[in-house]
Amino acid sequence: MEILVASAIGAMTAGGVYLLLRLRTFPVILGLALLSYAVNVFLFSSGRLAIDMSPILSKYGEASYTDPLPQALVLTAIVISFGMTAVLVMISLGAFLESDTDSIDIDQTETDEDAAQ
Amino acid sequence: MSTSGNLLFLIALLPFIGALVPGLMIRAGRNACASFTAVPTAIALILLLTYAPAVMDGEVIQAEVNWLPQLGLSASFFLDGLGLLFACMILGVGLLITLYARFYLSGEDPVGQFYTYLLLFQGAMLGIVLSDNILLLLVFWELTSLSSFLLIGYWKHLPEGRQGARMALTVTGAGGLAMIGGMLILGNIVGSYNLTDILQAGDAIRASEWYLPALILILLGAFTKSAQFPFHFWLPHAMAAPTPVSAYLHSATMVKAGVFLMARMWPALSGTDAWFYIVATTGLVTMVLGALIALFKDDLKALLAFSTVSHLGLLTMLLGFGTEAAAVAAVFHVINHLTFKAALFMTAGIIDHETHTRDIKRLGGLRHLMPLTFLIGTVAALSMAGIPLFNGFLSKEMMLEEASHTTWAGSHYAVPVLATIGALLSVAYSFRFIKHVFLGPVRDDYPAKPHDPPFGLWAAPALLAVLVVLIGVMPFLADGIVAAAASAVTGADLEPHLKIWHGVTPALYMSVIAVIGGAVLLMMHAPLDKVWINARRPEAKAIFDRLIAAIVALTQRFTAITHNGAISRYLAIFTVASVALGAIAFLGGGLSEPTRGILPIPAVIAVGWVMLVVATVSVVTMHHHRFRALVLIGIIGLTISAGFVYMSAPDLALTQISVETVTIMLLLLALHFLPKETPKESPFGLKIRDGIIAVVAGAGVGGLAFAFMQRDISTISSFHVENSYEGGGGTNVVNVILVDFRGYDTYGEIIVLGIAGLLIYALMHALLDGPAARRLRNADYAQDRSKDRHPLMMVVVTRVLMPIALMVGIYIFLRGHNQPGGGFVAGLVVAIALLMQYMASGFAWTQDRQRIEYHTLIGFGVIIAGVTGAGAWVFGVPFLTSSYTYVHLPPIEEFELATAMLFDLGVFLTVLGAVMLMLYSLSRIARYAGSTVNVEPMDYDPASRVEDGSEVR
Repeated sequence: MEILVASAIGAMTAGGVYLLLRLRTFPVILGLALLSYAVNVFLFSSGRLAIDMSPILSKYGEASYTDPLPQALVLTAIVISFGMTAVLVMISLGAFLESDTDSIDIDQTETDEDAAQ
Repeated sequence: MSTSGNLLFLIALLPFIGALVPGLMIRAGRNACASFTAVPTAIALILLLTYAPAVMDGEVIQAEVNWLPQLGLSASFFLDGLGLLFACMILGVGLLITLYARFYLSGEDPVGQFYTYLLLFQGAMLGIVLSDNILLLLVFWELTSLSSFLLIGYWKHLPEGRQGARMALTVTGAGGLAMIGGMLILGNIVGSYNLTDILQAGDAIRASEWYLPALILILLGAFTKSAQFPFHFWLPHAMAAPTPVSAYLHSATMVKAGVFLMARMWPALSGTDAWFYIVATTGLVTMVLGALIALFKDDLKALLAFSTVSHLGLLTMLLGFGTEAAAVAAVFHVINHLTFKAALFMTAGIIDHETHTRDIKRLGGLRHLMPLTFLIGTVAALSMAGIPLFNGFLSKEMMLEEASHTTWAGSHYAVPVLATIGALLSVAYSFRFIKHVFLGPVRDDYPAKPHDPPFGLWAAPALLAVLVVLIGVMPFLADGIVAAAASAVTGADLEPHLKIWHGVTPALYMSVIAVIGGAVLLMMHAPLDKVWINARRPEAKAIFDRLIAAIVALTQRFTAITHNGAISRYLAIFTVASVALGAIAFLGGGLSEPTRGILPIPAVIAVGWVMLVVATVSVVTMHHHRFRALVLIGIIGLTISAGFVYMSAPDLALTQISVETVTIMLLLLALHFLPKETPKESPFGLKIRDGIIAVVAGAGVGGLAFAFMQRDISTISSFHVENSYEGGGGTNVVNVILVDFRGYDTYGEIIVLGIAGLLIYALMHALLDGPAARRLRNADYAQDRSKDRHPLMMVVVTRVLMPIALMVGIYIFLRGHNQPGGGFVAGLVVAIALLMQYMASGFAWTQDRQRIEYHTLIGFGVIIAGVTGAGAWVFGVPFLTSSYTYVHLPPIEEFELATAMLFDLGVFLTVLGAVMLMLYSLSRIARYAGSTVNVEPMDYDPASRVEDGSEVR
């Protein structure tokens, strides 16, 4: 099973990085979302994979549990990455509304013209 | 070692404390500023002198306070003979300069600022000579560079002043950087940054293979500070400073810092061939070259500046000789040079002040007009020339004596001959100072009518001139302090006897040659001057400016390449660099054998994997259709939540699924205002490049994850599992970690989330006040609006769902401590319940019914979490320590009350507030984009039709 999880992480990272390198804001946001999935799953997987070993203590005697620490880290990471995505969305929306383009790279000629005006 | 050194702290601090006063009372006038500068200086000097008897007896006063012991940095000071000599010079001349500057500066200058800078500089200098820790010394060293920058550039309106200040800062600052490196190496060799330890470890230092790099780096610092060739060029340009600054910094104190450092480090670094050849040769070259240039300078201050360069060279050379007698001569010359050169600078300042020119070619005959200035200037200049009965003669004799029996690379003549030439040139320019300024006929074309200055201006140089004569006639007066300082330099117990007549020695012959030769040279000055002016000489400032320009151009080119404003390039560079670093780490370390078995692949996971990978590939290939890509992102998120459920992470699954929902809503909202398609504009080559980067990065991360999962490492996780119930009172270990074990982290995270919410709100407001609002109003979003925006079915269903959803949220919150759930998830679930109302019944309708502002929720959330944490203090336990108890209230089952629950409530409120504020802000934008305001929940309300009988409202 590890190979599947690892390859999924790899695929999402690759997709995320590729989209991150696009030239418009929306694909970059998508890329960031993909990359945060990959990072979250990666962090989660650092606690090793386990099935039916939820970190909920059993009242009925001895049981083995999976590593809860990465889960706690990832839980907050998911919420925080939502916050960051939202900020990024707002910034890119603002940039688009102010400049009428959602291109992320500063076009040299365009800024020169602005300066000339 | 009996005297307490605690007063040393006060001495070192006094100038800094005093520096505050003149700066604050800038309007109080020159007298007040000068007085308040003199008071801390005088107090420090008096305190210092209370130590003088003990230090003269060979005692070393020490005081130490640990500052950053981890770095080996302590605020420790010590006072020995060398420190005492320099500290007395700094404070004594400081007093004289304070007086002199009071009369020199005009009422229009910001005098308070001047005195503040002066005291800052004085404090920094004192720090250098008193530090017992080389790191502390470095701090003060840099402070002198900074404060001298402020002083040189004091007349901000003069471009020369600004350029000179910049040049001085660049050169001395660069030297300071080199010295930091050298000092760190030194500290490493010795294993201590304490000067006292370093000075005793001279043998270990000289034997170390790092000796030469350390020596060169430290000498770079000293040479730049003391204006040694080839770094001498900044000093003449620093002459743009007001004359009191030149007299103080550039003759008496700062430029001597390099000499002080070499003297200080003498026991640790000297005594090797490297030391001799580097230091003595540099000094010798600087001495001769500086004197030669000084002879042909027409600006009085430039002449004195190059003469200072020359004399600093002399001091450096003496220290470079590495003999005890040379050290005595160096220490003695430090005192003598201070007296005559400060007096000369002040004289030059007086002449400038009275005649409004410093150009020697426009002066002459001043002895009749300014007899007092003539007297002072002549005494000082004769001392500089090394004429008997003035103190300059004594130390110059000692220097020539040392030079006469120094062998340089096998040659017995090189050093004595060059030293004599240096002395000869020195005589020539000193005589020139007297002859061309004061002697000769009175002229009638001075820019101003010269006369002797008021007492305040001539008092300080006169006092120095008296010292020049006193020491010159009765050199034994200086015996004590020279002995103490020289003993401190060499570490040996020296008792020199300074006297005028040494008998007929080689030094005397050399002196006679120098005086006669100098006089002859001066007679030939006019024709030589023409030759000098016409000769092609390398201009240091031009070279320096070109060098700086080249460096600036280089960095600009580098910046232009790497920072072209294209964030995609930065991201590409960042990704490639990360992957490269990972590859280096991987190849460097080697991989241990896997220690864990591989889990089998169940069918359900295989299906999920296929979905995930297909969706990922589809997002990448179809990202131009933005709606489609968003749906695919949703699929990926849901698949991951399912994976979390399967792999024993129920809390993560709950969080992921609810975050996924709000994320998609958020992106949908944003997409309403953004273009719906991404244009296909990337060139093919770029796609290939990005594809390669992406695949390599993905393979790297995937490989890392795979390698990681196959190996066991020791973790602290078992602690959490074992203590969750007894320590935290909950069986859901993840939740207990969040609200208890790692509560501080969570607290920080909800604050970040709250800030993100507020940031979005603020951005929205900024946006709606700017040109974006106009654009929004004019854009036509009507065509992609549904005819029935608020359908009946949806309104009714969401109304019914609302209490159910809220109850689920509360349930998830309450059980969170023991079962999957908790504040994070509950906040998200309740947020979704509210968002449903916004979506179904419209923004305005929902907004009307909203009683609590979302900002308030965030604030309350953070406050509740914080107060819960702080409540632990009441019980004398650390922040965020939780406690819990079990309550039995019939007929309800026994339940638990934990303070962690209250903390979780804070988390819940913050998450709810932040998420709602984010989506609310985005929705607000829609109002500006011309959305109609709906006060009715439904566009088409069947109930109203029945009542008023009309078909269409």
